[in-house]
Amino acid sequence: MNDETIVNRDDWSLHRKGYLDQSRHKEKVQEAIKQQMGDLIVDESIILSDGKKTLKIPMRSLEEFRFRYDFNKKKHTGLGNGKVAPGDILGREAAKGKGGGSGAGEEPGMDIYEAEITYDDLAEILFEDLRLPNLDDKKRPLISHDRPEFNDVRKNGLMANVDKKRTLLESIKRQAREKYQAVPEEEQASAKERIRITPEDLRFKTWETRPNYETNAVILAMMDTSGSMGQFEKYIARTFYFWMVRFLRTKYKNVEMRFLAHHTEAKEVTEEEFFTRGESGGTRCSSAYQLALDMIEADYPPEHYNLYPVHFTDGDNIGSDNARALNLMQRLVEASRVVGYGEILRTHYSSTLMSTLKRITDPKLRLVTIRDRNEVYAALKTVFS
Amino acid sequence: MDQESKELGRFAGEIADVARGMGLDFYPVHFEIAPPEALYTFGSYGMPVRFTHWSFGKAFYRLKMHYDLNLSRIYELVINSNPAYAFLLEGNKLIQNKLVIAHVYAHVDFFKNNHYFGRTPKDMVERMAAHAKQIRDYEIQYGRDKVEQTLDAVLAIQEHVDFRAHIARKSEQKERVRSTRRLPTLMEQYEDLWKIDEEEAETKAEVHEDEDLLRFIILNSPTLADWQRDVLSLVREESLYFYPQIETKIINEGWATFWHARIMREISLSDSETLDFALMHSQVLQPSSYSLNPYFLGYKIWESLEKRESLESLFELREAENDLSFVRNYLNRELVEDLNLFNFRKVGAHWQVAETDWERVRDNLVQGLEHGGHPRIVAVDGDYEGKGALKMRHCHEGLDLDLVYLEKTLALVQYLWGKPIYLETVYDSKKVLFECNNGLVTRHPLNDNGERRQ
Repeated sequence: MNDETIVNRDDWSLHRKGYLDQSRHKEKVQEAIKQQMGDLIVDESIILSDGKKTLKIPMRSLEEFRFRYDFNKKKHTGLGNGKVAPGDILGREAAKGKGGGSGAGEEPGMDIYEAEITYDDLAEILFEDLRLPNLDDKKRPLISHDRPEFNDVRKNGLMANVDKKRTLLESIKRQAREKYQAVPEEEQASAKERIRITPEDLRFKTWETRPNYETNAVILAMMDTSGSMGQFEKYIARTFYFWMVRFLRTKYKNVEMRFLAHHTEAKEVTEEEFFTRGESGGTRCSSAYQLALDMIEADYPPEHYNLYPVHFTDGDNIGSDNARALNLMQRLVEASRVVGYGEILRTHYSSTLMSTLKRITDPKLRLVTIRDRNEVYAALKTVFS
Repeated sequence: MDQESKELGRFAGEIADVARGMGLDFYPVHFEIAPPEALYTFGSYGMPVRFTHWSFGKAFYRLKMHYDLNLSRIYELVINSNPAYAFLLEGNKLIQNKLVIAHVYAHVDFFKNNHYFGRTPKDMVERMAAHAKQIRDYEIQYGRDKVEQTLDAVLAIQEHVDFRAHIARKSEQKERVRSTRRLPTLMEQYEDLWKIDEEEAETKAEVHEDEDLLRFIILNSPTLADWQRDVLSLVREESLYFYPQIETKIINEGWATFWHARIMREISLSDSETLDFALMHSQVLQPSSYSLNPYFLGYKIWESLEKRESLESLFELREAENDLSFVRNYLNRELVEDLNLFNFRKVGAHWQVAETDWERVRDNLVQGLEHGGHPRIVAVDGDYEGKGALKMRHCHEGLDLDLVYLEKTLALVQYLWGKPIYLETVYDSKKVLFECNNGLVTRHPLNDNGERRQ
C-alpha cells in the first residue's frame, strides 16, 4: 500500500458546466439557422413534401474556424485490413468520419457531427417575424359568438369554479388576523395544526361573456401560369406560397384563401391545382386583377374585410396590357390592406410592368423582385411585415 | 470512504508498486471516481475547471452523445500536474479500472520525464481555475457577448503560439511568471504589459518574423482593450500548456498502452478478468481504416523497439522524443508493411490509395505532425504599408489552406487587430495575398517577388 495513492469519490451531481455551455452552443446554432433562413426555406425536401410531417433538416453544428489545411487536397495516411495497391478505391466522400478513439486530441477537418432541426422549429423561427400588415379589427364580424372569459373573482359562485389558491390565501389571512385578537391559547394551538376553511374564505372564479370578433382576412393568391414561367420561376412562386399558406394557417385561425391562376385569362382554381398547374400561352396580368376585383365586389366588400391580394409573375406581360393592369392594380390597392406584387427574374433588368406599377406610390403596394433562391425569405418579410 | 474507493485505493497502491518496480517514475496520482457526465465534462474542457465557452459545450455534447449511443467511451483521463489527477468512470468493472490505473501511471511517468513537458507548470489545475474566475469577472464587467466575441477570435488562433520560444529568447521566461495562482489586480497586470511593451519596443527596429502570432497581437494590436489582452494571454498560457500533449499523442498513448499491457501481465488476474482485459486492450488498439488510431500506431512502434533495444534505451527515448521524431526515426519499412499503411487522397469524388511506398507513408505522417498538424502562420509586420495593418505569412510547406476556413478565420483575427490584416500564402502553386478589411476578405494575386500584380 502506497501512501501517495488516493482514490476519492465526490458528489458531482451539481456539476452542470458542460450542460450550460452546451445550451449556449444550441443558442448559437439557432442564431445561425436564422441567418441561413434564406437558404433553408427553399430546400426542396421541404417544399416538395406536403409540409405536414416532421422533416429533419441536417444542420451543421457551429464551426470553430481556424487556419487549417484543405482536407480534400491533402494526402492522408490510413491503415488497411489487407494489402492495398495504389489506385484502389476506398470509397466516395466517406473518409470524413472520425473513428471512435478517445482522449482530448481534436483533429481539424474531421468535425461533421450534425445537429438537427425539425420542420416545426424552422417554421417557428420563420414565422416569428411575419404578420398580416394593417390588419383592421373594426370590420363587421362575419361570425361573432359569445365567448366566456374568466376574469373576475367573487365571493359567491359555483362550487366547481372555486379558486383554491385564493381561498387558501383568504383562510391564512383570516387566521393571521384572528391570532392578534385575543384568542384563547388552546384554540390557537389547534389552529396551528390545520388550516381551516370557513365559508367566508371561499372565493370563486367568475366569468363575463364578451362578444368575440373574428378578424376577416382574405388572401387572394394570384399566380402567372403562362408558358414563359420556367422551372425556376414556378419553383420560387411555389416556395413563396408554400410558406405563406403555412404561415397564415399557423398564426391566424380564420383566414380565407382564394387561388387564382392566369395566363391571358384568369380563373379560380383549387389549392391543389394552384400548386401543380402548368400551362402555356401569353400573359395578361390584368385578367387576374380583374377577376380579383370581381371577387371582391361579389364576396368581400372592403369595408368588412381585410384584403390581401398577392401576385407572382415573371413580369413578361403583353405590352399593350400594362396600362390596363396599372389601372386595375390602382383599384386593388385602394380596396386592400396590402398588395404584394412579386416578380421572379433572372436578369438584372426589371420588366416594363414593374416600372409601370412603380407609378403607384401608395405604401400599401409592396413590390419585390426575386432573382435568387435565397431571396424568398426577404420577399416574405417584405410583404408580410 | 466507501467500499469501492477503498478497494480501488488498495489496487492502485499495488499497481503503483509493480509499475515502480519495472522502472516507471511518476508523480503521486490522485484518482477520482466520477460519473459519466463529470468525466465527459473534463474530457471536453481538458480540465476540471476551465473558462466558459460554447465550443466546450459542443465537445461535451458530442462526447456525451457518443457515450449515450454506446459508440465510444472514455476509459482514461489524466491531467498533467503534480500531483497528477486521474479520473475513473463510475460503473466501470474493477478490471477495467485496474487497466486504466496502470495506463495512467505510464502517462504520468511520461509527463514527468519527457523533455517536451519540462516547461509545463505543475499547478495548472489551480491556474486554470483562476483564469476561469478572471474571465467570469470580465463577463460580469464587460458583458458576456463581448467576452465571447473575444474568445471566439482568440480560440481561432490559439495554436499559433511559439512553443520553442524559450530556446532562443529569454523574455519568454519572464512572461511565464506573469500569471500567478492568486488573481493579480488590474494594476499589476498593466505593469507587466508595459514592461513587455518596452522590451518589445527595443527590438522592434529589426525585422523578424514572429512565430508567436498570439503574442504579437497581444503586444501590438492597435484596438484591444487591456482586459482583452489579458484574456488573450490567459488563453495563450493554456495553449502553451496543452501543446506538448498534442505533439506527443502517438508516443504517449503508445507508451501507456505498452506499459499497461506489461503491468497487467505482472498482477494476478482471474480467468474472467484475463478475458475482460484482453477484450479491453484490443478495443483500445482497434484500428479504424481511415484515421490512424494513435494508441495503435504508438503501441506498435514501441513494441517493435522493445524487440531490438534494451529497456534503458526505451526509457531514454521516452525522455527525448515527440511524435514527429518518434515516427520519423522509428517507423520503418517492416512496420509500414506489417500494418498495411498507405497514403490516400481524393481523386474526383473518390478516395483513392495514392501510394504504399514506406518512406512516402512515413513522410506523409511526419508532415501531418509538423507544428502539431497546424499550418505555420507567422506575423511579419505590425505596420504594413505604413497603415498600421497586420501582415502575416503562411509558411507554405506543400499543403494549401482551406479557403473557406481561411476567410472566416481572417475576419476573426481582424476583430483582434482592428485595422486591416493581410495574409500571404500559396494556392494552387501561385502566391496570393488575402486582405481582410471590415470583416470582408479580398484576394490579390502576387508575382514571384511577392509584389501585388497591377
